[in-house]
Amino acid sequence: MFWGSRKTIDMNYFPDEVLEHVFDFITSHKDRNSVSLVCKSWYKIEKYSRQRVFLGNCYSISPERLIARFPGLKSLTLKGKPHFADFNLVPDDWGGFLYPWIKAMAKSRIGLEELRLKRMVVSDESLELLSESFPNFKSLVLVSCEGFTTDGLAAIAANCRFLRELDLQENEVEDHRGHWLSCFPESCTSLVSLNFACLKGEINLASLERLVARSPNLKSLRLNRAVPFDTLQRLLIRAPQLVDLGTGSYVHDPSSEAYNKLKAAIQNCNSIRSLSGFLEVAPCCMSAIYPICENLTFLNLSYAAGLQSNELTKLIHHCRKLQRLWILDCIGDKGLGVVASTCKELQELRVFPSDPFDAGNAAVTEEGLVLISAGCPKLNSLLYFCQQMTNAALITVAKNCTNFIRFRLCILDPIKPDPVTNQPLDEGFGAIVRSCKGLKRLSLSGLLTDQVFYYIGMYAKKLEMLSIAFAGNSDKGMLYVLNGCKKLRKLEIRDCPFGDTALLEDMGKYETMRSLWMSTCEVTLGACKVLAKKMPSLNVEIINGSEQTEFNLDDRQKVDKMYLYRTLVGHRKDAPEFVWLL
Amino acid sequence: MSSENGKRLPETDAAGLNFEATELTLGLPGKSRVTSDGGAKLGSKRGFSETVDLSLGDKKDTNKLGQTQSQIDAREAAPGSKAQVVGWPPVRGYAKRGKKSCKYVKVAVDGAPYLRKVDLEMYNTYQQLLASLEDMFSCFTIRNFLNEKKMDQVNGIEYVPTYEDKDGDWMLVGDVPWQMFVESCKRIRLMKNTETVELAPRTPPKWSRRS
Repeated sequence: MFWGSRKTIDMNYFPDEVLEHVFDFITSHKDRNSVSLVCKSWYKIEKYSRQRVFLGNCYSISPERLIARFPGLKSLTLKGKPHFADFNLVPDDWGGFLYPWIKAMAKSRIGLEELRLKRMVVSDESLELLSESFPNFKSLVLVSCEGFTTDGLAAIAANCRFLRELDLQENEVEDHRGHWLSCFPESCTSLVSLNFACLKGEINLASLERLVARSPNLKSLRLNRAVPFDTLQRLLIRAPQLVDLGTGSYVHDPSSEAYNKLKAAIQNCNSIRSLSGFLEVAPCCMSAIYPICENLTFLNLSYAAGLQSNELTKLIHHCRKLQRLWILDCIGDKGLGVVASTCKELQELRVFPSDPFDAGNAAVTEEGLVLISAGCPKLNSLLYFCQQMTNAALITVAKNCTNFIRFRLCILDPIKPDPVTNQPLDEGFGAIVRSCKGLKRLSLSGLLTDQVFYYIGMYAKKLEMLSIAFAGNSDKGMLYVLNGCKKLRKLEIRDCPFGDTALLEDMGKYETMRSLWMSTCEVTLGACKVLAKKMPSLNVEIINGSEQTEFNLDDRQKVDKMYLYRTLVGHRKDAPEFVWLL
Repeated sequence: MSSENGKRLPETDAAGLNFEATELTLGLPGKSRVTSDGGAKLGSKRGFSETVDLSLGDKKDTNKLGQTQSQIDAREAAPGSKAQVVGWPPVRGYAKRGKKSCKYVKVAVDGAPYLRKVDLEMYNTYQQLLASLEDMFSCFTIRNFLNEKKMDQVNGIEYVPTYEDKDGDWMLVGDVPWQMFVESCKRIRLMKNTETVELAPRTPPKWSRRS
């Protein structure tokens, strides 16, 4: 009865502020991008209300265009170098410089509050300019970056009056011994998160203690190796509210006063859910942390080389609520069995190699992984460095765990077949992609033929990132992937027999992807030139190894490294001599 | 009379003159010189293995099995041997992880015919180290400063643990914090007590006072 009298409500009659308020609830980048495509007025409202921007490739757009597009920018995430730069495949000075971004945002008086960077080159100059240009700056997160020293950190500490977060993960930082930590003024009491675990040098311990004492909101604290046990104990007394702790040096005499004090202090820290560090560790001191283990959801022992398998398993026994575990392979298959029977909530597991270059000696094999898959049905993210893998094991894992989103397997001998059957691992990985319909990221290793790529193209429909090394027999392999994986965004390939035919078959595909990396493959210079000419929306870069100073101009020559990515702004102007933009 | 770094010294003649060093060359001393084979050699001497072209993964030829040279190189390089393929395994920060620092130092005991070696990183306190040394040299007793009353039972000889530090000085073990000791210790010597009777401290070292 009432339905007939209802009028449809036309959203276009809402004032802009109402729409803006509605858009506030839309936080995912993808969704906001979609919103901006609906109509001109939505585009405009979304444009001015957009505060957070993510750029997966800093060269896809220029700082000036970004600022023009989103003048209300407050939080920027930038990624620079290609992923393989982490493994020394990209020469230094390739690019990814932060400075132009800071300069442009400072000039346009952007109200920047948060900056998250990955694999960027960050100079002290850029940190200084950053600290001076954005009065409301709150959060700096640097992951795998380089190019700065502790002087740059001193500027951040001294000038960012409302700093909440300084998070340094795995960066290469030159230590200038300048007491950067002492540069936080006495008036700075806003810190929520402080992580300097990757710094190699000494820090002023007294300043650190005073800083922690005057930071009542501090929730996350990760120390470096230079912070000794005694200081840790005093810090914990000051900050019992910590949620995330990274110890520095964790070595002491268990019969000492300081040790007892630490035990007492830790028992008071009943909010700690995340534990890492142990960069130096004495096994006899580990029992002090057992009281907090039962509430831990994240445990990172991947730097704790001083702990043997039995000590690790003793610790794991207490960690029933663990959701994420990062550990060294010295835990062994049996130790992983303990993890499997204890950590029923486990979602993410990373097992790192303690001796990466001794392929015959890794302590974990397919057995450990099978145990984990049987005991931890919630597992969805895996990074596993191991000595060997079998098809049977992968098939079992695929049956036990269908929820994988990330599956990264690294057999230390990169082309090792199934040691039981001597077959390639095509069937095993095939089972994984068939079973895990939500798989977004996959890294392959072991002996692999074109067949594995057939399976990937057929089944990995949600795959976004694929890493391939020493695999395949022919162009068909790469073509299966390019044709089948509709959601593919990043493809990185090294040492595979994929060549021009595969590269040029579907050039439009690369416009739907963020980037493609191919090194030591069969791709020739001529083919790269063809691609660059036909696709002006792509930058095709040829990177010379450090040994070569001149580019060989013969089109038939195979290129050493090729990196291509879609971009709105054409050739970058900051490429070094050894990078040739076609 | 040796030439600047980089040149392998030819046999000098009887008079000790090194003619190559006096050879007139273009360029400043010490700079890399172009040798006769056209390749420039850098300043420091390089061992043979470094001058061998380890271009793993650069060769593109495929063999009959359809594997590229790089795949073959990888197989030859990886298992067991320590030869490394660039960028493999794909683990960042491997130098920081897993590399157990080990600090082996020689231990000499007065009167013993041979030396031993211990890894200082295996211990966390002086107590543990000395106990281990006592085990190692089981017929001696190392004077244990923590427990003044412990006298040697077997043959009445006491040994005082001393070490040589980075500056080359011989120090009494136990004065500085353990980590500092580990970092600065180059070698250890257990001195017979008769030699050290003048040196033995009236007050025990700092760490023994810890309760």
